Amino acid sequence: MDLSLLAWGDAGWGDQMARGAVVTILVAIAAYALGVVIGAGLAAMKLAPLAPLRWFAELYTTVIRGIPELLVIYLVFFGGGTALRAIASGMFGYDGYIELPIFVTGTICLAVSAGAYSAEVIRGAVQVVPKGQLEAAVAVGMSRPQRLRRILVPQVARHALPGLGNVWQLTLKDTSLISVIGLVEIMRQAAVAAGSTKEPFTFYLVAAVLYLGLTSLSNRGFDAAERWANKGVRRA
Amino acid sequence: MDLGFLIEIIPRLAAGVPTTLLLVAQSLALGFALAVVVALVRLQPNPLGAGAAYGFVYVFRATPLLVQIFLIYYGSGQFRPVLEDLGVWVLFRDAWFCAVLALTLNTAAYTSEIIRAGLQSVPLGQIEAGRAVGMSRLQLFRRVTFPLAVRQALPAYGNEVILMVKASSLASTITILEITGIAKTIIAASFRPVEVFVVAGAFYLAINFVATRAVRFAEHRLATASAPTRAPAAPTRQLAATR
Repeated sequence: MDLSLLAWGDAGWGDQMARGAVVTILVAIAAYALGVVIGAGLAAMKLAPLAPLRWFAELYTTVIRGIPELLVIYLVFFGGGTALRAIASGMFGYDGYIELPIFVTGTICLAVSAGAYSAEVIRGAVQVVPKGQLEAAVAVGMSRPQRLRRILVPQVARHALPGLGNVWQLTLKDTSLISVIGLVEIMRQAAVAAGSTKEPFTFYLVAAVLYLGLTSLSNRGFDAAERWANKGVRRA
Repeated sequence: MDLGFLIEIIPRLAAGVPTTLLLVAQSLALGFALAVVVALVRLQPNPLGAGAAYGFVYVFRATPLLVQIFLIYYGSGQFRPVLEDLGVWVLFRDAWFCAVLALTLNTAAYTSEIIRAGLQSVPLGQIEAGRAVGMSRLQLFRRVTFPLAVRQALPAYGNEVILMVKASSLASTITILEITGIAKTIIAASFRPVEVFVVAGAFYLAINFVATRAVRFAEHRLATASAPTRAPAAPTRQLAATR
Protein backbone atom coordinates (compact mmCIF):
# COMPACT_ATOMS: atom_id res chain seq x y z
CA MET A 1 0.00 0.00 0.00
CA ASP A 2 1.39 3.35 -1.04
CA LEU A 3 0.09 6.14 1.18
CA SER A 4 1.64 8.89 -0.97
CA LEU A 5 -1.29 8.15 -3.32
CA LEU A 6 -3.45 9.99 -0.81
CA ALA A 7 -1.47 13.23 -1.09
CA TRP A 8 -3.35 16.48 -1.62
CA GLY A 9 -3.27 18.23 -5.01
CA ASP A 10 -2.10 16.84 -8.37
CA ALA A 11 0.26 14.28 -6.86
CA GLY A 12 -2.37 12.23 -5.07
CA TRP A 13 -6.04 11.47 -4.63
CA GLY A 14 -6.54 12.97 -1.17
CA ASP A 15 -8.43 16.05 -2.32
CA GLN A 16 -10.57 14.07 -4.77
CA MET A 17 -11.59 11.62 -2.05
CA ALA A 18 -12.40 14.52 0.27
CA ARG A 19 -14.54 16.10 -2.45
CA GLY A 20 -16.29 12.75 -2.88
CA ALA A 21 -17.01 12.72 0.85
CA VAL A 22 -18.55 16.20 0.58
CA VAL A 23 -20.84 15.03 -2.25
CA THR A 24 -21.81 11.99 -0.15
CA ILE A 25 -22.73 14.24 2.78
CA LEU A 26 -24.69 16.65 0.58
CA VAL A 27 -26.68 13.97 -1.23
CA ALA A 28 -27.36 12.21 2.09
CA ILE A 29 -28.66 15.43 3.68
CA ALA A 30 -30.81 16.32 0.67
CA ALA A 31 -32.27 12.81 0.41
CA TYR A 32 -32.84 12.60 4.17
CA ALA A 33 -34.65 15.95 4.28
CA LEU A 34 -36.84 15.02 1.32
CA GLY A 35 -37.34 11.54 2.77
CA VAL A 36 -38.57 12.87 6.11
CA VAL A 37 -41.04 15.16 4.30
CA ILE A 38 -42.30 12.20 2.23
CA GLY A 39 -42.41 10.11 5.40
CA ALA A 40 -44.46 12.73 7.24
CA GLY A 41 -46.90 12.87 4.32
CA LEU A 42 -47.20 9.08 4.24
CA ALA A 43 -47.64 8.94 8.02
CA ALA A 44 -50.48 11.47 7.74
CA MET A 45 -52.06 9.31 5.04
CA LYS A 46 -51.71 6.19 7.18
CA LEU A 47 -53.60 7.94 9.98
CA ALA A 48 -56.14 9.55 7.67
CA PRO A 49 -59.84 8.67 7.95
CA LEU A 50 -60.07 8.16 4.18
CA ALA A 51 -59.44 4.49 3.36
CA PRO A 52 -57.87 4.90 -0.14
CA LEU A 53 -55.22 7.19 1.36
CA ARG A 54 -54.40 4.57 3.97
CA TRP A 55 -54.23 1.86 1.31
CA PHE A 56 -51.89 3.91 -0.85
CA ALA A 57 -49.52 4.67 2.04
CA GLU A 58 -49.60 1.06 3.21
CA LEU A 59 -48.86 -0.20 -0.30
CA TYR A 60 -46.03 2.28 -0.77
CA THR A 61 -44.23 1.43 2.47
CA THR A 62 -44.71 -2.34 2.04
CA VAL A 63 -43.43 -2.37 -1.53
CA ILE A 64 -40.49 -0.03 -1.04
CA ARG A 65 -39.33 -1.70 2.15
CA GLY A 66 -39.56 -5.16 0.59
CA ILE A 67 -37.65 -4.39 -2.61
CA PRO A 68 -33.88 -3.85 -2.92
CA GLU A 69 -32.82 -0.19 -3.03
CA LEU A 70 -30.75 -0.97 -6.10
CA LEU A 71 -33.88 -1.89 -8.04
CA VAL A 72 -35.57 1.37 -6.98
CA ILE A 73 -32.48 3.26 -8.12
CA TYR A 74 -32.62 1.62 -11.56
CA LEU A 75 -36.33 2.47 -11.83
CA VAL A 76 -35.83 6.14 -10.99
CA PHE A 77 -32.63 6.46 -13.03
CA PHE A 78 -33.88 4.82 -16.22
CA GLY A 79 -37.57 5.65 -15.81
CA GLY A 80 -37.23 9.19 -14.46
CA GLY A 81 -35.89 10.65 -17.71
CA THR A 82 -38.64 9.05 -19.77
CA ALA A 83 -41.34 10.28 -17.39
CA LEU A 84 -39.84 13.77 -17.38
CA ARG A 85 -39.75 13.96 -21.17
CA ALA A 86 -43.32 12.65 -21.37
CA ILE A 87 -44.47 15.40 -18.99
CA ALA A 88 -42.47 18.02 -20.90
CA SER A 89 -43.96 17.11 -24.27
CA GLY A 90 -47.45 16.38 -22.94
CA MET A 91 -47.92 19.46 -20.76
CA PHE A 92 -45.53 22.01 -22.24
CA GLY A 93 -45.18 20.82 -25.83
CA TYR A 94 -41.42 20.59 -25.47
CA ASP A 95 -39.99 17.70 -27.49
CA GLY A 96 -36.25 18.21 -27.00
CA TYR A 97 -34.06 15.98 -24.88
CA ILE A 98 -34.01 16.86 -21.20
CA GLU A 99 -32.76 15.03 -18.18
CA LEU A 100 -32.42 15.70 -14.48
CA PRO A 101 -28.98 16.48 -13.05
CA ILE A 102 -27.44 13.30 -11.64
CA PHE A 103 -27.41 14.80 -8.13
CA VAL A 104 -31.17 15.34 -8.24
CA THR A 105 -31.79 11.84 -9.57
CA GLY A 106 -29.64 10.37 -6.81
CA THR A 107 -31.43 12.41 -4.17
CA ILE A 108 -34.84 11.22 -5.38
CA CYS A 109 -33.69 7.57 -5.47
CA LEU A 110 -32.60 7.66 -1.84
CA ALA A 111 -35.53 9.79 -0.65
CA VAL A 112 -37.98 7.18 -1.97
CA SER A 113 -36.56 4.60 0.47
CA ALA A 114 -35.94 7.05 3.30
CA GLY A 115 -39.58 8.17 2.99
CA ALA A 116 -40.89 4.63 3.42
CA TYR A 117 -38.76 3.97 6.50
CA SER A 118 -39.43 7.32 8.17
CA ALA A 119 -43.19 6.98 7.54
CA GLU A 120 -43.28 4.04 9.95
CA VAL A 121 -41.19 5.91 12.51
CA ILE A 122 -43.31 9.07 12.38
CA ARG A 123 -46.60 7.18 12.48
CA GLY A 124 -45.41 5.31 15.56
CA ALA A 125 -44.37 8.56 17.22
CA VAL A 126 -47.74 10.23 16.49
CA GLN A 127 -49.58 7.32 18.07
CA VAL A 128 -47.58 7.70 21.29
CA VAL A 129 -49.00 11.19 21.90
CA PRO A 130 -51.91 10.72 24.34
CA LYS A 131 -55.31 11.39 22.78
CA GLY A 132 -56.39 13.38 25.82
CA GLN A 133 -53.86 16.07 25.06
CA LEU A 134 -55.35 16.68 21.64
CA GLU A 135 -58.87 16.66 23.08
CA ALA A 136 -57.76 19.16 25.71
CA ALA A 137 -56.36 21.37 22.96
CA VAL A 138 -59.68 21.22 21.13
CA ALA A 139 -61.46 22.03 24.38
CA VAL A 140 -59.47 25.23 24.91
CA GLY A 141 -60.27 26.23 21.33
CA MET A 142 -57.00 25.68 19.47
CA SER A 143 -57.25 25.53 15.69
CA ARG A 144 -55.89 22.57 13.71
CA PRO A 145 -52.59 24.29 12.81
CA GLN A 146 -52.19 25.37 16.43
CA ARG A 147 -52.74 21.82 17.68
CA LEU A 148 -50.24 20.54 15.17
CA ARG A 149 -47.64 23.15 16.01
CA ARG A 150 -48.06 23.27 19.78
CA ILE A 151 -49.02 19.73 20.77
CA LEU A 152 -48.16 17.23 18.07
CA VAL A 153 -44.91 18.34 16.41
CA PRO A 154 -42.83 18.93 19.58
CA GLN A 155 -43.70 15.53 21.02
CA VAL A 156 -43.58 13.60 17.76
CA ALA A 157 -40.13 15.03 17.05
CA ARG A 158 -38.86 13.75 20.39
CA HIS A 159 -40.38 10.29 20.08
CA ALA A 160 -39.32 9.92 16.45
CA LEU A 161 -35.72 10.99 17.04
CA PRO A 162 -34.17 7.53 17.67
CA GLY A 163 -35.99 6.02 14.68
CA LEU A 164 -35.12 8.95 12.44
CA GLY A 165 -31.50 8.52 13.53
CA ASN A 166 -31.68 4.98 12.17
CA VAL A 167 -33.11 6.29 8.90
CA TRP A 168 -30.23 8.75 8.65
CA GLN A 169 -27.61 6.01 9.11
CA LEU A 170 -29.40 3.95 6.50
CA THR A 171 -29.57 6.84 4.03
CA LEU A 172 -25.93 7.71 4.59
CA LYS A 173 -24.83 4.17 3.82
CA ASP A 174 -27.23 3.86 0.88
CA THR A 175 -25.55 6.82 -0.82
CA SER A 176 -22.86 4.33 -1.84
CA LEU A 177 -25.43 2.70 -4.16
CA ILE A 178 -25.84 5.97 -6.07
CA SER A 179 -22.35 5.38 -7.48
CA VAL A 180 -23.91 2.90 -9.93
CA ILE A 181 -25.67 5.76 -11.74
CA GLY A 182 -22.48 7.79 -11.93
CA LEU A 183 -22.68 10.42 -9.19
CA VAL A 184 -19.08 11.07 -8.11
CA GLU A 185 -19.37 10.48 -4.39
CA ILE A 186 -17.02 8.42 -2.19
CA MET A 187 -17.54 5.06 -3.90
CA ARG A 188 -17.36 6.37 -7.44
CA GLN A 189 -14.27 8.41 -6.66
CA ALA A 190 -12.67 5.37 -5.04
CA ALA A 191 -13.45 3.27 -8.12
CA VAL A 192 -11.91 5.89 -10.42
CA ALA A 193 -8.79 6.14 -8.24
CA ALA A 194 -8.55 2.37 -7.93
CA GLY A 195 -8.75 1.98 -11.70
CA SER A 196 -6.04 4.49 -12.47
CA THR A 197 -3.60 3.49 -9.71
CA LYS A 198 -4.24 -0.28 -9.78
CA GLU A 199 -4.58 -0.15 -6.01
CA PRO A 200 -8.23 -1.04 -5.40
CA PHE A 201 -7.74 -2.22 -1.84
CA THR A 202 -6.11 1.04 -0.78
CA PHE A 203 -8.92 3.19 -2.10
CA TYR A 204 -11.85 1.04 -1.02
CA LEU A 205 -10.24 0.94 2.41
CA VAL A 206 -10.10 4.75 2.38
CA ALA A 207 -13.77 4.75 1.37
CA ALA A 208 -14.60 2.41 4.25
CA VAL A 209 -12.73 4.64 6.71
CA LEU A 210 -14.58 7.71 5.41
CA TYR A 211 -17.97 6.01 5.87
CA LEU A 212 -16.91 4.77 9.31
CA GLY A 213 -15.99 8.33 10.27
CA LEU A 214 -19.24 9.76 8.94
CA THR A 215 -21.47 7.20 10.67
CA SER A 216 -19.58 7.49 13.97
CA LEU A 217 -19.70 11.26 13.84
CA SER A 218 -23.40 11.45 13.04
CA ASN A 219 -24.08 8.87 15.74
CA ARG A 220 -22.51 11.27 18.24
CA GLY A 221 -24.67 14.04 16.81
CA PHE A 222 -27.88 12.07 17.29
CA ASP A 223 -26.81 11.07 20.81
CA ALA A 224 -26.46 14.74 21.66
CA ALA A 225 -29.78 15.56 19.99
CA GLU A 226 -31.55 12.85 21.99
CA ARG A 227 -30.03 14.09 25.25
CA TRP A 228 -31.16 17.62 24.38
CA ALA A 229 -34.67 16.55 23.39
CA ASN A 230 -35.15 14.48 26.53
CA LYS A 231 -33.89 17.11 28.95
CA GLY A 232 -37.30 17.76 30.40
CA VAL A 233 -38.41 14.14 30.57
CA ARG A 234 -38.81 12.56 33.97
CA ARG A 235 -37.12 9.21 34.34
CA ALA A 236 -38.29 6.37 36.51
CA MET B 1 -46.95 -0.32 -19.56
CA ASP B 2 -46.63 -3.05 -22.18
CA LEU B 3 -48.38 -6.20 -20.98
CA GLY B 4 -46.88 -8.42 -23.66
CA PHE B 5 -43.37 -7.38 -22.70
CA LEU B 6 -44.23 -7.82 -19.05
CA ILE B 7 -45.28 -11.43 -19.60
CA GLU B 8 -42.26 -12.02 -21.82
CA ILE B 9 -39.76 -11.08 -19.11
CA ILE B 10 -41.35 -13.15 -16.32
CA PRO B 11 -39.47 -16.37 -17.17
CA ARG B 12 -36.22 -14.47 -17.73
CA LEU B 13 -36.38 -12.86 -14.29
CA ALA B 14 -37.64 -16.07 -12.69
CA ALA B 15 -34.36 -17.65 -13.76
CA GLY B 16 -32.65 -15.36 -11.24
CA VAL B 17 -34.80 -16.48 -8.31
CA PRO B 18 -32.82 -19.69 -7.54
CA THR B 19 -29.58 -17.69 -7.70
CA THR B 20 -30.92 -15.11 -5.23
CA LEU B 21 -32.24 -17.85 -2.93
CA LEU B 22 -28.96 -19.79 -3.00
CA LEU B 23 -26.95 -16.66 -2.31
CA VAL B 24 -29.17 -15.74 0.63
CA ALA B 25 -29.32 -19.30 2.00
CA GLN B 26 -25.56 -19.83 1.93
CA SER B 27 -24.82 -16.44 3.49
CA LEU B 28 -27.49 -16.79 6.16
CA ALA B 29 -26.35 -20.28 7.18
CA LEU B 30 -22.66 -19.39 7.38
CA GLY B 31 -23.46 -15.97 8.86
CA PHE B 32 -25.62 -17.43 11.62
CA ALA B 33 -22.88 -19.86 12.69
CA LEU B 34 -20.32 -17.07 12.75
CA ALA B 35 -22.76 -14.78 14.58
CA VAL B 36 -23.17 -17.30 17.43
CA VAL B 37 -19.39 -17.43 17.84
CA VAL B 38 -19.08 -13.62 17.73
CA ALA B 39 -21.90 -13.18 20.27
CA LEU B 40 -20.30 -15.68 22.65
CA VAL B 41 -16.88 -14.05 22.31
CA ARG B 42 -18.47 -10.68 23.04
CA LEU B 43 -20.13 -11.97 26.18
CA GLN B 44 -17.14 -13.85 27.63
CA PRO B 45 -15.14 -12.05 30.33
CA ASN B 46 -11.80 -11.58 28.48
CA PRO B 47 -11.80 -7.88 27.49
CA LEU B 48 -9.41 -8.44 24.57
CA GLY B 49 -11.69 -10.95 22.88
CA ALA B 50 -14.84 -8.99 23.68
CA GLY B 51 -13.23 -5.84 22.30
CA ALA B 52 -12.21 -7.56 19.07
CA ALA B 53 -15.71 -8.94 18.61
CA TYR B 54 -17.20 -5.50 19.24
CA GLY B 55 -14.77 -3.97 16.73
CA PHE B 56 -15.82 -6.49 14.08
CA VAL B 57 -19.51 -5.77 14.68
CA TYR B 58 -18.99 -2.01 14.72
CA VAL B 59 -16.96 -1.83 11.51
CA PHE B 60 -19.28 -4.06 9.52
CA ARG B 61 -22.40 -2.25 10.68
CA ALA B 62 -21.00 1.26 10.19
CA THR B 63 -19.84 0.83 6.58
CA PRO B 64 -21.97 0.19 3.49
CA LEU B 65 -22.19 -3.39 2.26
CA LEU B 66 -21.11 -2.23 -1.20
CA VAL B 67 -17.74 -1.13 0.18
CA GLN B 68 -17.32 -4.51 1.85
CA ILE B 69 -18.11 -6.35 -1.38
CA PHE B 70 -15.75 -4.20 -3.47
CA LEU B 71 -13.02 -4.41 -0.83
CA ILE B 72 -13.10 -8.20 -1.01
CA TYR B 73 -13.71 -8.68 -4.74
CA TYR B 74 -11.65 -5.86 -6.30
CA GLY B 75 -9.39 -5.21 -3.30
CA SER B 76 -8.06 -8.77 -3.20
CA GLY B 77 -6.53 -8.19 -6.65
CA GLN B 78 -3.98 -5.90 -5.07
CA PHE B 79 -2.58 -8.86 -3.10
CA ARG B 80 -2.71 -11.35 -5.92
CA PRO B 81 0.90 -12.62 -5.62
CA VAL B 82 0.48 -13.21 -1.88
CA LEU B 83 -2.89 -14.89 -2.34
CA GLU B 84 -1.47 -17.05 -5.13
CA ASP B 85 1.36 -18.18 -2.87
CA LEU B 86 -1.19 -19.09 -0.23
CA GLY B 87 -3.17 -20.98 -2.85
CA VAL B 88 -6.40 -19.07 -2.16
CA TRP B 89 -6.39 -16.83 -5.23
CA VAL B 90 -8.77 -19.22 -7.04
CA LEU B 91 -11.32 -18.37 -4.33
CA PHE B 92 -10.98 -14.60 -4.50
CA ARG B 93 -11.05 -14.67 -8.29
CA ASP B 94 -14.53 -16.12 -8.02
CA ALA B 95 -17.30 -13.50 -7.75
CA TRP B 96 -19.65 -15.96 -6.05
CA PHE B 97 -17.15 -16.69 -3.29
CA CYS B 98 -16.55 -12.97 -2.73
CA ALA B 99 -20.27 -12.19 -2.64
CA VAL B 100 -21.00 -14.98 -0.15
CA LEU B 101 -18.00 -13.99 1.98
CA ALA B 102 -19.06 -10.32 2.12
CA LEU B 103 -22.72 -11.13 2.80
CA THR B 104 -21.72 -13.70 5.45
CA LEU B 105 -19.47 -11.30 7.35
CA ASN B 106 -22.09 -8.56 7.07
CA THR B 107 -25.04 -10.60 8.30
CA ALA B 108 -22.87 -12.14 11.02
CA ALA B 109 -22.21 -8.66 12.42
CA TYR B 110 -25.92 -7.76 12.54
CA THR B 111 -27.07 -11.21 13.67
CA SER B 112 -24.53 -11.43 16.49
CA GLU B 113 -26.19 -8.39 18.08
CA ILE B 114 -29.60 -10.07 17.77
CA ILE B 115 -28.26 -13.29 19.34
CA ARG B 116 -26.46 -11.36 22.06
CA ALA B 117 -29.72 -9.66 23.01
CA GLY B 118 -31.40 -13.08 23.00
CA LEU B 119 -28.72 -14.63 25.22
CA GLN B 120 -28.99 -11.74 27.66
CA SER B 121 -32.74 -12.14 27.85
CA VAL B 122 -32.52 -15.68 29.23
CA PRO B 123 -33.77 -15.53 32.84
CA LEU B 124 -30.97 -16.10 35.34
CA GLY B 125 -33.18 -18.52 37.26
CA GLN B 126 -33.19 -20.91 34.31
CA ILE B 127 -29.40 -20.92 34.16
CA GLU B 128 -29.12 -21.36 37.93
CA ALA B 129 -31.61 -24.23 37.77
CA GLY B 130 -29.50 -25.90 35.11
CA ARG B 131 -26.40 -25.53 37.27
CA ALA B 132 -28.28 -26.83 40.28
CA VAL B 133 -29.13 -30.11 38.56
CA GLY B 134 -25.46 -30.51 37.64
CA MET B 135 -25.36 -29.67 33.92
CA SER B 136 -21.97 -28.98 32.42
CA ARG B 137 -21.39 -25.61 30.71
CA LEU B 138 -21.88 -27.19 27.30
CA GLN B 139 -25.04 -29.00 28.34
CA LEU B 140 -26.37 -25.82 29.88
CA PHE B 141 -25.75 -23.90 26.67
CA ARG B 142 -27.15 -26.58 24.39
CA ARG B 143 -30.22 -27.42 26.45
CA VAL B 144 -31.17 -24.17 28.17
CA THR B 145 -29.48 -20.94 27.13
CA PHE B 146 -29.28 -21.38 23.37
CA PRO B 147 -32.84 -22.62 22.71
CA LEU B 148 -34.33 -19.87 24.87
CA ALA B 149 -32.11 -17.23 23.26
CA VAL B 150 -33.05 -18.34 19.74
CA ARG B 151 -36.74 -18.24 20.55
CA GLN B 152 -36.37 -14.72 21.91
CA ALA B 153 -34.26 -13.59 18.95
CA LEU B 154 -36.52 -14.99 16.21
CA PRO B 155 -38.68 -11.92 15.46
CA ALA B 156 -35.61 -9.71 15.05
CA TYR B 157 -33.92 -12.41 13.00
CA GLY B 158 -36.92 -12.47 10.66
CA ASN B 159 -36.18 -8.83 9.89
CA GLU B 160 -32.57 -9.70 9.22
CA VAL B 161 -33.62 -12.38 6.73
CA ILE B 162 -35.62 -9.83 4.74
CA LEU B 163 -32.73 -7.39 4.83
CA MET B 164 -30.45 -10.12 3.49
CA VAL B 165 -32.81 -10.89 0.62
CA LYS B 166 -32.60 -7.21 -0.30
CA ALA B 167 -28.85 -7.05 0.33
CA SER B 168 -28.19 -9.97 -2.00
CA SER B 169 -29.08 -7.63 -4.88
CA LEU B 170 -25.69 -5.96 -4.42
CA ALA B 171 -24.04 -9.13 -5.71
CA SER B 172 -25.16 -7.94 -9.13
CA THR B 173 -22.49 -5.23 -8.95
CA ILE B 174 -19.80 -7.92 -9.14
CA THR B 175 -21.24 -9.73 -12.17
CA ILE B 176 -23.57 -12.17 -10.44
CA LEU B 177 -26.81 -12.54 -12.37
CA GLU B 178 -29.41 -12.87 -9.66
CA ILE B 179 -32.79 -11.14 -9.95
CA THR B 180 -31.47 -7.56 -9.84
CA GLY B 181 -28.54 -8.39 -12.15
CA ILE B 182 -30.89 -9.81 -14.77
CA ALA B 183 -33.28 -6.87 -14.25
CA LYS B 184 -30.49 -4.42 -14.99
CA THR B 185 -29.47 -6.31 -18.10
CA ILE B 186 -33.04 -6.25 -19.43
CA ILE B 187 -33.50 -2.55 -18.61
CA ALA B 188 -30.24 -1.62 -20.34
CA ALA B 189 -31.28 -3.52 -23.46
CA SER B 190 -34.96 -2.55 -23.64
CA PHE B 191 -35.21 0.79 -21.80
CA ARG B 192 -38.44 -0.35 -20.19
CA PRO B 193 -37.68 0.06 -16.49
CA VAL B 194 -41.29 0.07 -15.29
CA GLU B 195 -42.22 -3.41 -16.51
CA VAL B 196 -38.92 -4.86 -15.25
CA PHE B 197 -39.38 -3.16 -11.88
CA VAL B 198 -42.89 -4.55 -11.53
CA VAL B 199 -41.88 -8.14 -12.27
CA ALA B 200 -38.57 -8.15 -10.36
CA GLY B 201 -40.20 -6.33 -7.46
CA ALA B 202 -43.01 -8.88 -7.37
CA PHE B 203 -40.45 -11.70 -7.10
CA TYR B 204 -38.70 -9.98 -4.19
CA LEU B 205 -42.00 -9.28 -2.43
CA ALA B 206 -43.02 -12.92 -2.89
CA ILE B 207 -39.72 -14.18 -1.45
CA ASN B 208 -40.01 -11.82 1.51
CA PHE B 209 -43.62 -12.78 2.08
CA VAL B 210 -42.72 -16.47 2.26
CA ALA B 211 -39.70 -15.73 4.48
CA THR B 212 -41.85 -13.68 6.88
CA ARG B 213 -44.41 -16.47 7.07
CA ALA B 214 -41.72 -19.11 7.64
CA VAL B 215 -40.23 -17.14 10.53
CA ARG B 216 -43.67 -16.58 12.05
CA PHE B 217 -44.34 -20.32 11.76
CA ALA B 218 -41.04 -21.06 13.51
CA GLU B 219 -41.94 -18.59 16.25
CA HIS B 220 -45.25 -20.34 16.72
CA ARG B 221 -43.65 -23.79 16.84
CA LEU B 222 -40.97 -22.73 19.28
CA ALA B 223 -43.32 -20.85 21.61
CA THR B 224 -42.79 -22.19 25.09
CA ALA B 225 -45.20 -22.36 27.97
CA SER B 226 -42.86 -20.24 30.06
CA ALA B 227 -41.94 -17.18 28.06
CA PRO B 228 -38.82 -15.34 29.22
CA THR B 229 -39.73 -13.20 32.18
CA ARG B 230 -37.28 -10.38 31.55
CA ALA B 231 -38.94 -7.55 29.70
CA PRO B 232 -37.61 -6.86 26.20
CA ALA B 233 -35.52 -3.72 25.91
CA ALA B 234 -37.14 -0.56 24.61
CA PRO B 235 -36.31 0.22 20.97
CA THR B 236 -33.23 2.36 20.74
CA ARG B 237 -31.23 3.86 17.94
CA GLN B 238 -28.37 1.67 16.91
CA LEU B 239 -25.67 1.90 14.32
CA ALA B 240 -27.96 1.32 11.40
CA ALA B 241 -31.04 -0.79 11.68
CA THR B 242 -30.41 -1.86 8.13
CA ARG B 243 -27.62 -1.82 5.64
